[in-house]
Amino acid sequence: MNTATKTASTADTGLAAIVFTAFIGVSIIFMTGFASSQTIHDFEHDTRHATGFPCH
Amino acid sequence: MLKKLITSALTAGFGAGLIMAVLQITLLSPLILEAEEYESGRKFHYAGVVQEVAPDHNDSHSAMAHAAEPAPAPAESWASRSARTALSTTLTALGYAFVLVAVFGLAARSGIKVTARSGILWGLAGFGAVILAPSLGLPPELPASAAAPLQERQLWWLGTVVASTAGIAAIAFGKNWALWGAGIALLALPHIIGAPHPAAFGGVVPPEMQGEFVGLSIGVSAISWAVLGLFGGYMWARQEP
Repeated sequence: MNTATKTASTADTGLAAIVFTAFIGVSIIFMTGFASSQTIHDFEHDTRHATGFPCH
Repeated sequence: MLKKLITSALTAGFGAGLIMAVLQITLLSPLILEAEEYESGRKFHYAGVVQEVAPDHNDSHSAMAHAAEPAPAPAESWASRSARTALSTTLTALGYAFVLVAVFGLAARSGIKVTARSGILWGLAGFGAVILAPSLGLPPELPASAAAPLQERQLWWLGTVVASTAGIAAIAFGKNWALWGAGIALLALPHIIGAPHPAAFGGVVPPEMQGEFVGLSIGVSAISWAVLGLFGGYMWARQEP
Protein backbone atom coordinates (compact mmCIF):
# COMPACT_ATOMS: atom_id res chain seq x y z
CA MET A 1 0.00 0.00 0.00
CA ASN A 2 1.67 3.17 -1.12
CA THR A 3 -1.54 5.13 -0.73
CA ALA A 4 -0.34 6.65 2.53
CA THR A 5 2.06 9.02 0.79
CA LYS A 6 -0.47 9.84 -1.91
CA THR A 7 -3.09 10.58 0.72
CA ALA A 8 -0.70 12.87 2.53
CA SER A 9 -0.01 14.89 -0.61
CA THR A 10 -3.63 15.12 -1.78
CA ALA A 11 -5.18 15.76 1.61
CA ASP A 12 -3.64 19.20 2.02
CA THR A 13 -5.95 20.56 -0.66
CA GLY A 14 -7.32 23.84 0.48
CA LEU A 15 -10.78 23.62 1.91
CA ALA A 16 -11.28 27.34 1.33
CA ALA A 17 -10.59 26.93 -2.39
CA ILE A 18 -13.08 24.06 -2.54
CA VAL A 19 -15.78 26.06 -0.78
CA PHE A 20 -15.10 29.03 -3.07
CA THR A 21 -15.41 26.84 -6.19
CA ALA A 22 -18.64 25.29 -4.95
CA PHE A 23 -19.99 28.76 -4.16
CA ILE A 24 -19.33 29.94 -7.74
CA GLY A 25 -21.07 26.83 -9.09
CA VAL A 26 -24.12 27.15 -6.85
CA SER A 27 -24.39 30.87 -7.68
CA ILE A 28 -24.35 30.16 -11.42
CA ILE A 29 -26.91 27.36 -11.03
CA PHE A 30 -29.15 29.63 -8.95
CA MET A 31 -28.97 32.31 -11.61
CA THR A 32 -29.51 30.04 -14.60
CA GLY A 33 -32.11 27.80 -13.00
CA PHE A 34 -33.95 29.71 -10.32
CA ALA A 35 -33.64 33.51 -10.48
CA SER A 36 -37.10 34.94 -11.05
CA SER A 37 -36.04 38.19 -12.74
CA GLN A 38 -37.99 38.44 -16.00
CA THR A 39 -34.88 39.20 -18.06
CA ILE A 40 -32.95 36.23 -16.68
CA HIS A 41 -36.00 34.00 -17.00
CA ASP A 42 -36.51 34.93 -20.65
CA PHE A 43 -32.83 34.45 -21.42
CA GLU A 44 -32.63 31.07 -19.70
CA HIS A 45 -36.15 29.94 -20.63
CA ASP A 46 -35.28 27.20 -23.14
CA THR A 47 -32.43 25.78 -21.05
CA ARG A 48 -34.61 25.66 -17.95
CA HIS A 49 -37.14 23.58 -19.84
CA ALA A 50 -34.51 21.41 -21.51
CA THR A 51 -32.63 20.56 -18.32
CA GLY A 52 -35.68 19.98 -16.14
CA PHE A 53 -35.54 23.05 -13.88
CA PRO A 54 -39.03 23.99 -12.71
CA CYS A 55 -40.16 26.78 -15.06
CA HIS A 56 -43.24 29.05 -15.45
CA MET B 1 -5.24 24.11 -5.47
CA LEU B 2 -7.51 26.91 -6.61
CA LYS B 3 -5.89 26.91 -10.05
CA LYS B 4 -6.48 23.18 -10.39
CA LEU B 5 -10.12 23.57 -9.36
CA ILE B 6 -10.79 26.48 -11.70
CA THR B 7 -9.03 25.05 -14.77
CA SER B 8 -10.79 21.69 -14.34
CA ALA B 9 -14.16 23.38 -13.90
CA LEU B 10 -13.69 25.64 -16.92
CA THR B 11 -12.56 22.75 -19.13
CA ALA B 12 -15.49 20.59 -18.06
CA GLY B 13 -18.01 23.45 -18.25
CA PHE B 14 -17.05 24.71 -21.69
CA GLY B 15 -16.50 21.21 -23.12
CA ALA B 16 -19.78 19.80 -21.86
CA GLY B 17 -21.56 23.10 -22.52
CA LEU B 18 -20.63 22.93 -26.20
CA ILE B 19 -21.90 19.37 -26.60
CA MET B 20 -25.00 20.16 -24.55
CA ALA B 21 -25.71 23.22 -26.70
CA VAL B 22 -25.46 21.27 -29.97
CA LEU B 23 -27.73 18.51 -28.65
CA GLN B 24 -30.17 20.99 -27.20
CA ILE B 25 -30.42 23.11 -30.35
CA THR B 26 -30.83 20.12 -32.66
CA LEU B 27 -33.01 17.86 -30.48
CA LEU B 28 -34.86 19.90 -27.87
CA SER B 29 -35.30 23.43 -29.22
CA PRO B 30 -37.50 22.33 -32.16
CA LEU B 31 -39.91 20.73 -29.70
CA ILE B 32 -39.90 23.82 -27.46
CA LEU B 33 -40.60 26.06 -30.45
CA GLU B 34 -43.44 23.85 -31.62
CA ALA B 35 -44.88 23.70 -28.09
CA GLU B 36 -44.92 27.49 -28.05
CA GLU B 37 -47.15 27.40 -31.10
CA TYR B 38 -49.65 25.40 -29.07
CA GLU B 39 -49.11 27.76 -26.14
CA SER B 40 -49.87 30.81 -28.27
CA GLY B 41 -52.93 29.12 -29.74
CA ARG B 42 -51.60 29.13 -33.28
CA LYS B 43 -51.85 25.35 -33.26
CA PHE B 44 -54.10 23.17 -31.21
CA HIS B 45 -54.65 19.47 -30.98
CA TYR B 46 -58.07 18.02 -30.56
CA ALA B 47 -59.45 14.54 -31.15
CA GLY B 48 -56.15 13.45 -32.62
CA VAL B 49 -56.32 15.83 -35.56
CA VAL B 50 -53.65 18.47 -36.04
CA GLN B 51 -55.41 21.72 -36.78
CA GLU B 52 -54.26 25.24 -37.24
CA VAL B 53 -56.30 28.24 -36.22
CA ALA B 54 -56.55 31.50 -38.14
CA PRO B 55 -53.49 31.21 -40.38
CA ASP B 56 -50.85 33.75 -39.48
CA HIS B 57 -50.41 36.74 -41.76
CA ASN B 58 -46.99 35.52 -42.85
CA ASP B 59 -47.74 31.83 -42.99
CA SER B 60 -49.98 30.27 -45.60
CA HIS B 61 -48.84 26.65 -45.24
CA SER B 62 -51.50 24.03 -44.85
CA ALA B 63 -51.76 22.25 -41.53
CA MET B 64 -50.34 19.03 -42.95
CA ALA B 65 -47.39 20.66 -44.67
CA HIS B 66 -46.73 22.64 -41.56
CA ALA B 67 -46.70 19.62 -39.31
CA ALA B 68 -43.91 18.10 -41.36
CA GLU B 69 -41.68 21.14 -41.07
CA PRO B 70 -39.71 22.44 -38.13
CA ALA B 71 -41.72 25.19 -36.48
CA PRO B 72 -40.53 28.71 -37.33
CA ALA B 73 -39.72 31.01 -34.45
CA PRO B 74 -42.40 33.65 -34.31
CA ALA B 75 -40.55 36.72 -33.10
CA GLU B 76 -36.88 35.80 -32.73
CA SER B 77 -34.73 34.41 -35.53
CA TRP B 78 -33.49 30.84 -35.28
CA ALA B 79 -29.88 32.03 -35.18
CA SER B 80 -30.48 34.50 -32.40
CA ARG B 81 -32.46 32.03 -30.32
CA SER B 82 -29.83 29.34 -30.87
CA ALA B 83 -27.05 31.68 -29.83
CA ARG B 84 -29.00 32.49 -26.68
CA THR B 85 -29.54 28.78 -26.05
CA ALA B 86 -25.84 28.04 -26.56
CA LEU B 87 -24.88 30.76 -24.09
CA SER B 88 -27.40 29.83 -21.41
CA THR B 89 -26.60 26.13 -21.79
CA THR B 90 -22.89 26.77 -21.41
CA LEU B 91 -23.55 28.84 -18.29
CA THR B 92 -25.60 26.03 -16.79
CA ALA B 93 -22.87 23.50 -17.63
CA LEU B 94 -20.31 25.79 -16.00
CA GLY B 95 -22.42 25.93 -12.85
CA TYR B 96 -22.63 22.13 -12.71
CA ALA B 97 -18.90 21.87 -13.48
CA PHE B 98 -17.82 24.13 -10.62
CA VAL B 99 -19.87 22.12 -8.13
CA LEU B 100 -18.70 18.77 -9.54
CA VAL B 101 -15.05 19.81 -9.42
CA ALA B 102 -15.47 21.12 -5.86
CA VAL B 103 -16.67 17.60 -5.01
CA PHE B 104 -13.51 16.22 -6.69
CA GLY B 105 -11.61 18.46 -4.26
CA LEU B 106 -13.48 17.00 -1.30
CA ALA B 107 -12.78 13.50 -2.62
CA ALA B 108 -9.06 14.33 -2.87
CA ARG B 109 -9.10 15.37 0.78
CA SER B 110 -10.36 11.88 1.60
CA GLY B 111 -7.60 10.33 -0.50
CA ILE B 112 -9.80 9.44 -3.47
CA LYS B 113 -8.13 9.94 -6.85
CA VAL B 114 -10.40 11.17 -9.64
CA THR B 115 -9.35 10.38 -13.22
CA ALA B 116 -10.97 10.81 -16.63
CA ARG B 117 -12.40 7.28 -16.34
CA SER B 118 -13.74 7.57 -12.83
CA GLY B 119 -14.82 11.13 -13.68
CA ILE B 120 -17.49 9.63 -15.95
CA LEU B 121 -18.91 7.77 -12.94
CA TRP B 122 -18.81 10.95 -10.85
CA GLY B 123 -20.60 12.77 -13.66
CA LEU B 124 -23.25 10.06 -13.91
CA ALA B 125 -23.77 10.22 -10.14
CA GLY B 126 -24.35 13.96 -10.58
CA PHE B 127 -26.82 13.19 -13.35
CA GLY B 128 -28.62 10.79 -10.99
CA ALA B 129 -28.89 13.38 -8.22
CA VAL B 130 -29.56 16.54 -10.23
CA ILE B 131 -31.56 15.28 -13.23
CA LEU B 132 -32.87 11.75 -12.79
CA ALA B 133 -34.10 11.96 -9.19
CA PRO B 134 -36.12 15.19 -9.68
CA SER B 135 -37.42 13.83 -13.02
CA LEU B 136 -39.15 10.98 -11.21
CA GLY B 137 -41.49 13.50 -9.62
CA LEU B 138 -41.26 16.51 -11.93
CA PRO B 139 -40.32 15.34 -15.42
CA PRO B 140 -38.93 18.02 -17.74
CA GLU B 141 -41.83 19.98 -19.20
CA LEU B 142 -42.51 21.67 -22.48
CA PRO B 143 -43.85 25.23 -22.29
CA ALA B 144 -47.64 25.41 -21.67
CA SER B 145 -47.73 22.31 -19.45
CA ALA B 146 -50.12 22.21 -16.52
CA ALA B 147 -48.11 22.36 -13.30
CA ALA B 148 -48.28 23.19 -9.59
CA PRO B 149 -47.19 26.67 -8.38
CA LEU B 150 -43.58 27.42 -9.34
CA GLN B 151 -42.22 27.98 -5.82
CA GLU B 152 -43.58 24.66 -4.55
CA ARG B 153 -41.92 22.87 -7.44
CA GLN B 154 -38.61 24.72 -6.97
CA LEU B 155 -38.60 23.82 -3.28
CA TRP B 156 -39.29 20.15 -4.00
CA TRP B 157 -36.66 20.13 -6.75
CA LEU B 158 -34.02 21.62 -4.44
CA GLY B 159 -34.86 19.28 -1.56
CA THR B 160 -34.76 16.29 -3.90
CA VAL B 161 -31.35 17.23 -5.30
CA VAL B 162 -29.87 17.73 -1.80
CA ALA B 163 -31.37 14.50 -0.39
CA SER B 164 -30.41 12.47 -3.48
CA THR B 165 -26.83 13.77 -3.44
CA ALA B 166 -26.47 12.80 0.22
CA GLY B 167 -28.15 9.44 -0.48
CA ILE B 168 -25.87 8.57 -3.42
CA ALA B 169 -22.80 9.61 -1.41
CA ALA B 170 -23.88 7.45 1.54
CA ILE B 171 -24.35 4.43 -0.73
CA ALA B 172 -21.12 5.01 -2.67
CA PHE B 173 -18.85 5.65 0.31
CA GLY B 174 -20.69 4.01 3.20
CA LYS B 175 -19.03 0.91 4.58
CA ASN B 176 -21.90 -0.62 6.49
CA TRP B 177 -25.60 -1.34 6.24
CA ALA B 178 -26.56 1.57 8.48
CA LEU B 179 -25.15 4.06 5.95
CA TRP B 180 -26.45 2.14 2.94
CA GLY B 181 -29.89 2.04 4.55
CA ALA B 182 -29.72 5.77 5.28
CA GLY B 183 -28.72 6.35 1.64
CA ILE B 184 -31.69 4.40 0.34
CA ALA B 185 -34.00 6.26 2.73
CA LEU B 186 -32.62 9.63 1.57
CA LEU B 187 -33.12 8.66 -2.07
CA ALA B 188 -36.69 7.52 -1.40
CA LEU B 189 -37.77 10.32 0.95
CA PRO B 190 -38.58 13.05 -1.65
CA HIS B 191 -40.75 10.58 -3.57
CA ILE B 192 -42.54 9.42 -0.43
CA ILE B 193 -43.30 13.07 0.34
CA GLY B 194 -44.31 13.42 -3.30
CA ALA B 195 -43.75 16.14 -5.89
CA PRO B 196 -46.28 18.96 -6.11
CA HIS B 197 -48.76 18.41 -8.94
CA PRO B 198 -51.72 20.44 -10.13
CA ALA B 199 -55.21 19.31 -9.10
CA ALA B 200 -55.95 18.45 -12.71
CA PHE B 201 -53.89 18.18 -15.89
CA GLY B 202 -55.02 20.21 -18.86
CA GLY B 203 -51.95 21.14 -20.88
CA VAL B 204 -52.48 22.22 -24.47
CA VAL B 205 -49.38 20.47 -25.86
CA PRO B 206 -49.96 16.96 -27.28
CA PRO B 207 -48.83 14.26 -24.80
CA GLU B 208 -46.84 12.54 -27.56
CA MET B 209 -44.63 15.63 -27.89
CA GLN B 210 -44.30 15.84 -24.13
CA GLY B 211 -43.18 12.21 -23.96
CA GLU B 212 -40.63 12.68 -26.70
CA PHE B 213 -39.32 15.78 -24.95
CA VAL B 214 -38.91 14.04 -21.60
CA GLY B 215 -36.99 11.13 -23.12
CA LEU B 216 -34.72 13.40 -25.15
CA SER B 217 -34.15 15.82 -22.31
CA ILE B 218 -33.09 13.13 -19.83
CA GLY B 219 -30.91 11.49 -22.49
CA VAL B 220 -29.19 14.75 -23.39
CA SER B 221 -28.58 15.44 -19.70
CA ALA B 222 -27.07 11.98 -19.17
CA ILE B 223 -24.64 12.56 -22.04
CA SER B 224 -23.83 16.07 -20.80
CA TRP B 225 -23.08 14.93 -17.25
CA ALA B 226 -20.94 12.02 -18.44
CA VAL B 227 -18.92 14.45 -20.59
CA LEU B 228 -18.75 16.90 -17.68
CA GLY B 229 -17.19 14.20 -15.50
CA LEU B 230 -14.90 12.98 -18.27
CA PHE B 231 -13.44 16.41 -19.09
CA GLY B 232 -13.33 17.50 -15.45
CA GLY B 233 -11.64 14.26 -14.37
CA TYR B 234 -9.16 14.44 -17.25
CA MET B 235 -8.01 17.96 -16.35
CA TRP B 236 -8.11 17.12 -12.66
CA ALA B 237 -5.82 14.09 -13.02
CA ARG B 238 -3.34 15.97 -15.24
CA GLN B 239 -2.47 18.60 -12.65
CA GLU B 240 -0.45 18.58 -9.47
CA PRO B 241 -2.44 19.53 -6.38
